[in-house]
Amino acid sequence: MAYSEKVLDHYENPRNVGVIEDDQSVGTGMVGAPACGDVMKLQIKVGKDGIIEDAKFKTYGCGSAIASSSLVTEWVKGKSLDEASKIKNTQIAEELALPPVKIHCSVLAEDAISAAIENYRQKNR
Amino acid sequence: MSHIKLPIYLDYSATTPIDKRVADKMAHYLTLEGDFGNPASRSHKFGWSAEEAVEEARKNVADLVNADPREIVWTSGATEADNLAIKGAAHFYRKKGNHIITVKTEHKAVLDTCRQLEREGFEVTYLDPEENGLIDLDKLKAAITEQTILISVMHVNNEIGVIQDIEAIGEIARENRVIFHVDAAQSTGKVDIDLQRMKVDLMSFCAHKTYGPKGIGALYVRRKPRVRLEAQMHGGGHERGMRSGTLPTHQIVGMGEAFRIAKEEMATENERIRMLRDRLYDGLKDMEEVYVNGDMEHRIAGNLNISFNFVEGESLIMALRDLAVSSGSACTSASLEPSYVLRALGRNDELAHSSIRFTIGRFTTAEEIDYTIELVRAAVEKLRDLSPLWDMYKDGIDLNSVEWVAH
Repeated sequence: MAYSEKVLDHYENPRNVGVIEDDQSVGTGMVGAPACGDVMKLQIKVGKDGIIEDAKFKTYGCGSAIASSSLVTEWVKGKSLDEASKIKNTQIAEELALPPVKIHCSVLAEDAISAAIENYRQKNR
Repeated sequence: MSHIKLPIYLDYSATTPIDKRVADKMAHYLTLEGDFGNPASRSHKFGWSAEEAVEEARKNVADLVNADPREIVWTSGATEADNLAIKGAAHFYRKKGNHIITVKTEHKAVLDTCRQLEREGFEVTYLDPEENGLIDLDKLKAAITEQTILISVMHVNNEIGVIQDIEAIGEIARENRVIFHVDAAQSTGKVDIDLQRMKVDLMSFCAHKTYGPKGIGALYVRRKPRVRLEAQMHGGGHERGMRSGTLPTHQIVGMGEAFRIAKEEMATENERIRMLRDRLYDGLKDMEEVYVNGDMEHRIAGNLNISFNFVEGESLIMALRDLAVSSGSACTSASLEPSYVLRALGRNDELAHSSIRFTIGRFTTAEEIDYTIELVRAAVEKLRDLSPLWDMYKDGIDLNSVEWVAH
């Protein structure tokens, strides 16, 4: 299967790989399942002003799943939680030129953002 | 490493390059200057020469498996041979019974043919292999009923390279007066086959996994005791009515030459290939969480199928762009199912998704293997650094205890 330039770039040089030490200001989302061949873990660190100041990911999955999660860590940084929650899988798929069989990777990345935001909000209710 | 040509081909179970000796011989049977005739033409020299070449090839194929040349029927490949054997026998013997036994790890050419027969009213038992990929002969015996007319078990599995004990299965089949078909697409030139000794009634072959051309194969049809088939391809009555269609002389000559070379060289070749396979395994086995899929002892020399736990197969293949290997995870073919073969062995999803099949062959070198080891180790390390499952494993979390948010 031919991957797009952008998928290859994120795959070769993934942005923001890692783990943020957990505390009150950190939201963690983990979505997917080993049985499906993808698991994405996305963490966001939210500043006092409600802006996402850092994001990290770890992903088990195909190249498109890795690229999708790498991309969203870039996109969410500097956004408010509301802004970040508006990121849609279609934007991710378009940016990375994902083929139809890989659309689920972008859906998973969108789910990961939602899960991380939800986790942060629960902690800070 | 500058002398290594990239990518390195380690997918010999998918197909092999044609041996140059084979290609040279084939070229003679194409043009006006050579023997281009129709082997079925009985009235002139062009036909006679072509027929002679076809019969010499038939003898070469028969010789590799210790059969009579008259027991060899040309087909377009192993898929057609499987179809002809299974449908042909089922249709011919349907008055005797309607039950067929096969194994879940068979090639799709066998499984899908059996599915078709189910739609036609036959009953099929799909045996589970043991964890090592081999079938338990007692379970096979237990599956045989009064209605059983056919058993189909592959000789060598295409994904994990394990060798089934077809000699023992043949005894069981014969005792129970059941026709025994073997898909031997992956075993010619790799495992000794002696059809005088083995009680196999039908055996499928193809050329392109034994350094011959694609598009040609054969079905062995036993003469004593005689096995009957209903033809699936009708026409001019070629191949004693079992498979009509003009014989492709150049393809047949290629298969014959490839099998002749295989017979001559397989002993030394297998020894060399086994050394390379062991070298590859030795270079990888000290890594953490590495599992070999399938029995290591009853296995062809050139196959190494390994799961790298917590690394997803497709991303690993992507990282191994300089290697031509295949993944047990079928994501690459647009479905997200892990390999049905590994699942049938009882491998869990993670391991089934993390497998890579390396298959080594005639033109693989030690330098290529050493380079492969370096590439694989680096890629697995990189992907494990990216993997949340690896972190969880390292933290001592049992992944089976996690409630996954599947979608």
